[in-house]
Amino acid sequence: MAEFRLPANSTVKKGKYFKADGATNIRKYNIYRWNEDDGENPRLDTFEIDMDNCGPMVLHALIKIKDEIDPTLTFRRSCREGVCGSCAMNIDGTNTLACTKGMDEIKGDINIYPLPHLPVVKDLVPDLTNFYAQYTSIKPWLQTESVTPNGKERLQSEEDRAKLDGLYECVMCASCSTSCPSYWWNSDKYLGPAVLLQAYRWLIDSRDEHTGERLDDLEDPFRLYRCHTIMNCTNTCPKGLNPAKAIAEIKKMMMERQG
Amino acid sequence: MAITKRPTSPHLQIYKWGGHMLLSILHRATGVALGAGTLLLVWWLVALATGPDDYALFQTYMRSIVGKIVLLGFTAALMLHLCNGIRHLFWDKGLGLDVETTQRTNILVFLGMIILTLLSWAIGYGLVQGV
Repeated sequence: MAEFRLPANSTVKKGKYFKADGATNIRKYNIYRWNEDDGENPRLDTFEIDMDNCGPMVLHALIKIKDEIDPTLTFRRSCREGVCGSCAMNIDGTNTLACTKGMDEIKGDINIYPLPHLPVVKDLVPDLTNFYAQYTSIKPWLQTESVTPNGKERLQSEEDRAKLDGLYECVMCASCSTSCPSYWWNSDKYLGPAVLLQAYRWLIDSRDEHTGERLDDLEDPFRLYRCHTIMNCTNTCPKGLNPAKAIAEIKKMMMERQG
Repeated sequence: MAITKRPTSPHLQIYKWGGHMLLSILHRATGVALGAGTLLLVWWLVALATGPDDYALFQTYMRSIVGKIVLLGFTAALMLHLCNGIRHLFWDKGLGLDVETTQRTNILVFLGMIILTLLSWAIGYGLVQGV
């Protein structure tokens, strides 16, 4: 059953205020904080950022805070160019990558929370164990029965290869899945947009020979059909991909298979 | 080692609303409202079958201000559900699922609701000739 309100231990309290002394060009960052050690509820800390000494991206400000203001601030980041998917978080109300989100795209204070409706490990780091387990469940690898032609590699026409465009670019940052209300309420059973986009990526791969089994696994009132086309996924994807379209295509494949 | 029960990160409390999200929940809400509102239709039919007195009573209620507001709401709910339902049919064909088209059809659905609601009330009041 969907729980629309946050549990008592999850409500966000007012936090600390960090002033930027002497700075004239300031932007305020409100950042969700929680750690396991102090036994307190999550809180929202406010950091003043000296924009004359900070890069243009949200990730720049986060790294600046960690370096210069509060080294305990915890977040994931790696590539700083939108290909690793580590720094996915909720910025200004929508999920995106901190490294590719420009501060100039946001008006007023910049509010940052972890990806929504997940267990929090610390600060902006959510627990993605379930998300990765769901990814594993769709067997995201090439499955074949036939012997490899010439004992070498399985070739693909340019047209068949083009079908993977808009799918292979996904970096599994979980922005789309955790933007989806259906996933919020049913993440124990519903696979969510990111994993379904990957499922589709293998369903339409001309080299894969387990299409039937893959569809069998998805034929379930929850795993696939909890998608109600709310469209948050496609609207939030930091890579400009279209999970909603991929899910619609899977549903069409189900229909076509039944004749 | 005891593991602290982890908090759930905020979701509805912080997520920024968009037209697509609003229409999605309105589609469901209007669906429920239409289910309940169909009782009005039943009442109308029963009143019609029972006789002039019951029908007059029904008319009294429905012609009151509250009755008219309810009927207007019912009409608007029906038209929103219809227009958004048509969009769902296209989506099920895999059409119009990109961000730009969705933003355009968001507006179309709301416009459709307003136009169709006004049109049906105009017809109801005999303002449209030849219907």
